Amino acid sequence: MLVAFSALASLLLIAVFILKEGVPFFFKYGLGHFLFGLTWDPQAGQFGIYPMIVASLWVTLGAMAIGAPLGIAGAIFLNEFVPRSVLRVVKPTIELLAGIPSVVYGFLGVMVLAPFIRAHLGGPGLSILAASVILGIMVLPTVISISTDAIGAVPNSYREGALALGATRWQSVTLVTVKAARSGIIASIILAMGRALGETMAVIMVVGNAVKVPHSALDSARTLTANIALEMGYATGLHREALFATGVVLFVVIMLLNAMATSAIKAGGRRA
Amino acid sequence: MRVPPKYAQVLAVALLGAATLLTLVVLVFIIVFVLTKGLPTVNAAFLFTVPRDMGRSGGILPTLIGTVLLPLLALVIALPLGVGTAVYLTEYTRESRVTRMLSFGADCLAGIPSIIFGLFGFIFFVVMLHMGWCLLAGGLTLAIMILPTIIRTSEEAIRAVPNAYREVSFSLGATRWETVLKVVLPNALPGIVTGIMLGIARCIGETAAVIFTAGSSLRMPTSVFDSVRTMSVHFYILAREGISSENAYGTAAVLVISVLAVNLVAYGLMHRFISRRTR
Repeated sequence: MLVAFSALASLLLIAVFILKEGVPFFFKYGLGHFLFGLTWDPQAGQFGIYPMIVASLWVTLGAMAIGAPLGIAGAIFLNEFVPRSVLRVVKPTIELLAGIPSVVYGFLGVMVLAPFIRAHLGGPGLSILAASVILGIMVLPTVISISTDAIGAVPNSYREGALALGATRWQSVTLVTVKAARSGIIASIILAMGRALGETMAVIMVVGNAVKVPHSALDSARTLTANIALEMGYATGLHREALFATGVVLFVVIMLLNAMATSAIKAGGRRA
Repeated sequence: MRVPPKYAQVLAVALLGAATLLTLVVLVFIIVFVLTKGLPTVNAAFLFTVPRDMGRSGGILPTLIGTVLLPLLALVIALPLGVGTAVYLTEYTRESRVTRMLSFGADCLAGIPSIIFGLFGFIFFVVMLHMGWCLLAGGLTLAIMILPTIIRTSEEAIRAVPNAYREVSFSLGATRWETVLKVVLPNALPGIVTGIMLGIARCIGETAAVIFTAGSSLRMPTSVFDSVRTMSVHFYILAREGISSENAYGTAAVLVISVLAVNLVAYGLMHRFISRRTR
């Protein structure tokens, strides 16, 4: 049954080829210069991705600041405060929306959100804030879906115990249910972070793509993913290697996030 | 000052309810917005004529064909691999270090962002194997991308087939392979089809992994070695380069409708499958 190894083999193949194309660049250019260099100017042979790292962090954290509270609030509300029948309709609807292509989110960001930000908050509109909001909305289905499953898996006896002790429903949620579902909720946030960090096309459309260290949420910036996708089409030689090296950085960070999410889910499974 | 628990609850529920409502409103707004802006452009002529002037006018026929062919090709490759893996994991092994490693591999693959698939497909299929930007390179890349989805859903569907079915089949003298082929897979089929539909939906919506492997040629493809442009890539290019916002909205509407329709079929199948199992 060699086919069974197809997924593992593909994973290894991807890892090997991304590393093979990217890692030599670390040695040629110097890892420190690459990660902390402030200038990205392929024509001049300058390949510092520090501005992109900062932008990716801002955008990802911004997306989490919007997506995580809304998503978790939604998951709690749907599980604890509305009848089951509502959950059974709303959850599939939200998961259905996870299928909206990312370019559509990006386009809406350009047509609706960016002009709004430009008119009311200033700046160019296409900015870290716009990207954060769009990504925050994009990760909502992920957060809600996984958190809802985690909260739904908390045994009813826990809630009944809390209610029997005289707790209000809200107290039983904060003191018992959410604590019991903690690892699943954390996993949903980590997976959503991975999705936000790895998102490319929607971000390219709304983040503005200027290569400089951003100073405010209204600044235009360029993320790691956007950097790869924008220049891959025409890059050659050292420039292309630098883009693959950017891919290596992304790959490693996302693998770490995935490992963290998996271990969070496992830890939850052990306790239950 | 301490807020009495009763008021805290009222306040909390109000906030949570508002957050949930906001989420739903935003998500529904996106669909309604795209459809109201896009649908007026969509008609038979838009769907079935070739684009002119880089997509500034004319229709989207080649991208429609690309959007059908590319996911199909990806599926033809990923389906045997994915279902084979699922059958092996569920029917031929006990849980061991090897199966845990295989599942872990599939999970990791599922978490890789599409741009990394694009990079890999570009360097491996397009450059190293000299395929160039083409349908085949795109199909292979997308096949790897949807493999975890197919494995996971097939695995769950196969595990849901009651053991009694297998025991009856064995007691009639069937071999394991005959049992898999004639008993397990037919009973797991709706679940497997759900995975297929989810995989197709992901392929239709994908942009980053497609643009670097299948390219973006607007010509009609005549073989698997021709470059194609899918609807999502077409939409991206129209929107990003500001070629025509009218045609961009039209393409977006067709794109959203196709993805939602495919997803809807998947959920319908899954629902029927689950209700049959629990009956």
